Formats: sequence, structure tokens, C-alpha cells
Amino acid sequence: MSAPVDTLGAAETAAAVRSGALSARDAVVACLARIAALDPRLNAFTSVYATRAIARAEAIDARRARGETLGPLAGAPFAVKNLFDIEGSPTLAGSKINRERTPASSDATLVQRLEAADAVLVGALNMGEYAYDFTGENQHYGASRNPHDPEHMSGGSSGGSGTAVAAGMVPLALSSDTNGSIRVPSSFCGLFGLKPTYGRLSRAGTFPFVASLDHLGPMARSTADLALAYDAMQGADARDHAQARRPAEPVFAELDKGIASLRVARAGGYFASGGHPDCFAAVAHVARALGASKEVEIPEARRARAAAYLITMAEGAALHAERLAARAGDFDIETRDRLIAGTMGPGHWVARAQKFRLWYRDAVAKLFEEVDIVLAPATPTRAPRLGQKTMVLDGVEMSARANIGIFTQPISFIGLPVVAAPVWTGGERLPIGVQIIAAPWREDLALRVARQLERDGIVAAPVAAM
Amino acid sequence: MSDASEHVVETVAALAALQGFELRPESRAVVAEHLDIAAKMAAYLMNFPLPDEAEPAPVFAP
Repeated sequence: MSAPVDTLGAAETAAAVRSGALSARDAVVACLARIAALDPRLNAFTSVYATRAIARAEAIDARRARGETLGPLAGAPFAVKNLFDIEGSPTLAGSKINRERTPASSDATLVQRLEAADAVLVGALNMGEYAYDFTGENQHYGASRNPHDPEHMSGGSSGGSGTAVAAGMVPLALSSDTNGSIRVPSSFCGLFGLKPTYGRLSRAGTFPFVASLDHLGPMARSTADLALAYDAMQGADARDHAQARRPAEPVFAELDKGIASLRVARAGGYFASGGHPDCFAAVAHVARALGASKEVEIPEARRARAAAYLITMAEGAALHAERLAARAGDFDIETRDRLIAGTMGPGHWVARAQKFRLWYRDAVAKLFEEVDIVLAPATPTRAPRLGQKTMVLDGVEMSARANIGIFTQPISFIGLPVVAAPVWTGGERLPIGVQIIAAPWREDLALRVARQLERDGIVAAPVAAM
Repeated sequence: MSDASEHVVETVAALAALQGFELRPESRAVVAEHLDIAAKMAAYLMNFPLPDEAEPAPVFAP
């Protein structure tokens, strides 16, 4: 083992548990101890399921003792954004209102699948209310803090996921991404995050936000952990109406195939302006390492962002209209007034946005006839300070909350698979992420590129020095 | 706040009433601001020509 037990990656933990060098119980106990030590300062967790986790770990150890073969994530602790159902608990989705929900009768599909691979759920993670957030701040539960500098945002809406993984409290977290909620905290907290193709992974047993745009995926400190978790979670699930009818396409065995045959380009135009120079420097750093000199323009990306914005407002409002009418005062004020505004837009805005979405999908598909991978910034800046309301980009002061997702929204709008990869430049204390974007269903290619960059030391996701 | 935005504040109050929302006074201007941003996004989106035959992205699977 290359690291102390409490900061091992998921793959390393599983290898140690499978070989007998480490018990699953010891792995989980070390993880729980680290959470107890660090979380009071960082606020990643809203619930810790110690009893359940230890029982589960002991069962894994017992199976090994009986000579059974353990799963690929044997004994690896993980936690989930608190919009995933966990049997016996109300699914909060970052809200106060949902505390009154009936406790979930079973775990979310993806939780079941990770545990079927012998990973161990240890807790539920803080998030922006109802996932309508890019900051990781939350009026009801407090902000999840960035472990690399706790005065800064973790990013949202999967803020607790970013905090927990970057602090080494868990090696793996499950999160959701509607407009950037995996990629933004991955960028701010310096992690690898995988937003798979829309429709790839089952969303059953999770609290929704925008059905047209909701994705689920893993965040981790290595590409190997992303791939192991992703493979364990693939497969059909009749409980998710929007899931694509595709067989599982495992990627772990593909990771080290290299990138010599891949055509990689940088996104120009929209993705090369409107951000802090740091985000473009990060893309240039990665592009240089990959020998990617070609620049391509993703057509109409600004309009794609506008369309994603309108669909999000309307579907979010449709989801919450009754709650907004009945108990507006119980919402996080930052979420409430945007959701209320979403009830008021003309319906034809959304119908038009959904038509534009198909046009844009086809236009971007043509681009992928020329290239295999497109690089773009994940966020326009490094993590802003907690509570920071505005930021200055290209000399213009603008709302931080509304603009952190400018580079992620046009990509998730058409469900493209993306790996967010963390870059550390210029001796900065805070990282910034790059999106490695592939054509639909080619998660394998994005992961191969991220893997190569990781091996070459161009990107990295170290545990924060605490 | 501009005249246009004041108009949006009035619109917001009327739309809230239509839906049975009790829109708190302190929320009106903020909701109006969000709707104003959305309207600008929508105007930009609408400005893009699409043929009458354009299909929406979601497909119902019976």
C-alpha cells in the first residue's frame, strides 16, 4: 500500500482487501475516524452510517474468510450526494423541506450496484438545495468547504462530494450533474469527475432536478477509481424511463490503451473567452501535453447555454411549484426566487429550447467526425471565496452563482460524456479543471486521455494537506 | 432598476397571483431580475432560425 489506510484510493483498498493485506472492517473504521476528525471543519457530510458500514464491512470479511471471491471495489468506502435514496432515511436533496419525506424504502440503484461490487456506503453528503447551485453553499446545512483552502467554495451543487473526496474522507463519491454539478466541484476541489453520456447510468432512486438534463456519475482522486466505479454502475434498469437501451460497455480494461490514435482538439470561440486567464492556461497546459494544436469551434455554444438555462428554470419550477406555493419560506433564499421565476416564463421558450437542442446535437455530432476529443475549461475561475457574490471576468463584474457553469452547461445540454481533470499551475493553492469531452457513448476515450495525463503527471488529484 | 424591469416586477406580481403564490415583497425584485435574465436568454435563443419541421429533442417511448 502506497498511502496510509485512511487515504487509500478505492482500487488500492480493494486490492489490499482482496489480497488479505487489509480487512474491509479496518478500511471502513479508518475512513470513519478520518470523517470524525475532519468533517467538523469541512462540513461535507449530512449523515454518517457507521453501524451500517461496519456491518457491511464485516460481512465482506466473512465472505473472504469463507473463500469467496470479492468484488472489484471490495471494502472501498464511498459516500453519496444526499439526493440518492438510502434505505431508512428521508432523501434530503439539500433541502429542509425534504426532512419530512417518507424514509426511502430501498437504496438508489447506483448505491445497490456499488455495494454489489463490495464497496461500502459510509454516508450522505451535503449539496446545494435541490441541486440548483454551483457554489456548495447551503442556508440550511452550511457550506461544504474546499479542503485546499477552507475559506473557498467547494463548488456545487455536489459540494460535499468535492469536499469529502479532496479531503481524503472517502476515495469515491456519487454525485449528479444537470448543468455542471460534478464538473464544477471537481474543478474547484481538484478531482477527477465523470459525467457519463445522458441516459447511460440509471437515475432510479434519486431525487430529480431537471429530468431532461439530469446525469449521475462518480468523483474520485484517480482515473482507475472512476473507471472501476463506472463499470460497476452500468447496466439496464427499467426504473429509469430515460435510460438508453444499450448494453454495458466496461472501460477499466481500456484505460491503458494510450492515446496515439486519438485526434484531440481545443475548443475555441465561446470556450476561449469570458474566463479568467487561469482557465485557459489550464487548457493550454493539457493541450500542449497531448500535442493538440488544432482548435475547433463548438457551434452556437452560447445559445446552447441559454437553452439549458431555460429548460432548467422551467423543469425545476414544475418540480417544485406546489412547495413554492405552500411553503416558500422554507426554501434556501438563493434557490427560491430562481425557481419562482421559472414558473413564469412562457411555455414556448422551453419548446423552442428543446427544438434547438436537437439542432445543436446534430451540429456537434458533425464536429466529432473530425476529432475524438475536445478540451475546454471546466470553470471560468478557480474556486471563489465562500460568500462571494460576484466575480470579474474579461473586465466585467457579474454574478458568480449564475456564471460558474458557463463552460459546463453547453456540454451537458446534449449529454456528451466528460471527464473533468484537475490541473495545478503556477504554484497556486487551488486547482482548476479541464473538461475532456468525447462523442456520445465514448466515455472510454475521455477516460483514456485523462489516464494518460495522470500517468504523465500533467493532471493530479492529491489529498489536501489538512 | 430600469423601466423595463419595473414592468417585469409588476408582471411577476401578477403571475404569482395567477398561480396562487404569495410572493413576498422582498422577493419581487429578485424574481423579476431572474425572469429578466431568462427573457434575455430566450430572446437570444429565439433569434436562431429553426425550420417549422424542427423536432423537439425529447421523444416519448410508448
